[in-house]
Amino acid sequence: MRNLIAFPLIALAVIFQSAVISRMTLLSGYADLLLILLAGWALQPQVRSAWHWAFVVALFVGYLTKLPWPVTALGYFAVVFVAQMLQRRIWQAPLLAMFTVTFIGTMVMHLLSYAALFVAGSPIPLGDALGFVTLPSLLLNLLFAIPMYTFMRDLARWVYPGEEVE
Amino acid sequence: MKDLFSRSLQTTIIFLIVGGILALALGGFFSSASNQFTGSLVSVQTWVSTRVQALQDFFTAPRDIASLRARNAELQAEVSQLQAQVIELQQRVNETEVLRALVDFSRSNPESTYRAAAVIGRDPSPFLHYVVINRGSNDGIRRGMPVVTNQGLIGRIDAVIADAARVQLITDPAASINVHLQNANTDAVLMGSVTGDVTLDMISQDATVEPGDLILTSGLGGGYPANLIIGQVVSVRSLDVELFQQAVVQPAVDFARLEIVLVITNFRPVDISPLVPTTP
Repeated sequence: MRNLIAFPLIALAVIFQSAVISRMTLLSGYADLLLILLAGWALQPQVRSAWHWAFVVALFVGYLTKLPWPVTALGYFAVVFVAQMLQRRIWQAPLLAMFTVTFIGTMVMHLLSYAALFVAGSPIPLGDALGFVTLPSLLLNLLFAIPMYTFMRDLARWVYPGEEVE
Repeated sequence: MKDLFSRSLQTTIIFLIVGGILALALGGFFSSASNQFTGSLVSVQTWVSTRVQALQDFFTAPRDIASLRARNAELQAEVSQLQAQVIELQQRVNETEVLRALVDFSRSNPESTYRAAAVIGRDPSPFLHYVVINRGSNDGIRRGMPVVTNQGLIGRIDAVIADAARVQLITDPAASINVHLQNANTDAVLMGSVTGDVTLDMISQDATVEPGDLILTSGLGGGYPANLIIGQVVSVRSLDVELFQQAVVQPAVDFARLEIVLVITNFRPVDISPLVPTTP
């Protein structure tokens, strides 16, 4: 039942992303709060609802963004996939896993966005996309990764009490 | 009887002596002696008074510090409240200034009808330049309506729900607008980019375009009304080997500080796609 916290939490994160984070730009890039929230959640060992959360995130973001819904959904599902794959392999170093998931997730999401825009007929110069959008966004995502991981760890303990895996 | 007489005489003599001394003192005959006396008296009184004051301070000071601290906390709370009020009022002043500019703009362009809206969000993807406004179909907003500020064109409505709408900015990589260069008297196409820079393309090689030239919407294509200000030419790139000239544009609007915008509600975009010849 406590998993239902996903709806208000993700709705709040989407609002925060759209109203605040999107204005905090570095060159032309900005952080993707939803991506790192999902990465932080999916990396918690006791969490079993990461795919559901990814669906809710894709639903909310797809409602707001101009990007096609399958692109955002695919991107966020990819984040969960990578997180769960890494979580089993490098569970001893959760922060390293968080950084890795954030890095791979950001690159996958931007690659999908780039491809979607290319197919939609508004191609972007690759150098501009990489230098002005992807790398600054990646840096900001990595900056937000540690506090977000800590927050999601505490949240996971609250959602799954007594199921902490050491 | 004799005793009574002698006692009265003593009293009278004492009164006379004291009265005489007093009279002499008031007459200034004992000034040096009285000065010494009053001086010693004042010194003693000063010493006693200061000691008493010190003792009184010692016993009452803790209570004063407590009350002062409480008062200080009250004043600090009041200062914080007033500072918050100042910030809120400053924000209202800024909003009022923006609204006044928008009202001036709408008055100076009476041919259009406007609906004011606040910018409440941006697209979560950094590849796209879209903003979300707090007016939707319930307020008469429809897809394709142009959106402006008092400084110039910012974009057009891309999608609408009941109480909100998404606006594609002219800086979006997918944006493409037919424009007219006023001084050069020629048409061109304005295009956005992922970095937010705006460029002009398809400028005829015959046209003489110079930095500072004003760029307006041309109205061609039916997507936007004519004569909306977009910006100025910053630099021109002209190569003989290319078919057209290109130019870098400084938009009139500061897209990083969009707060309140106007939607032109009496403009309906024309869909010319059926008229565009398709390749066989």
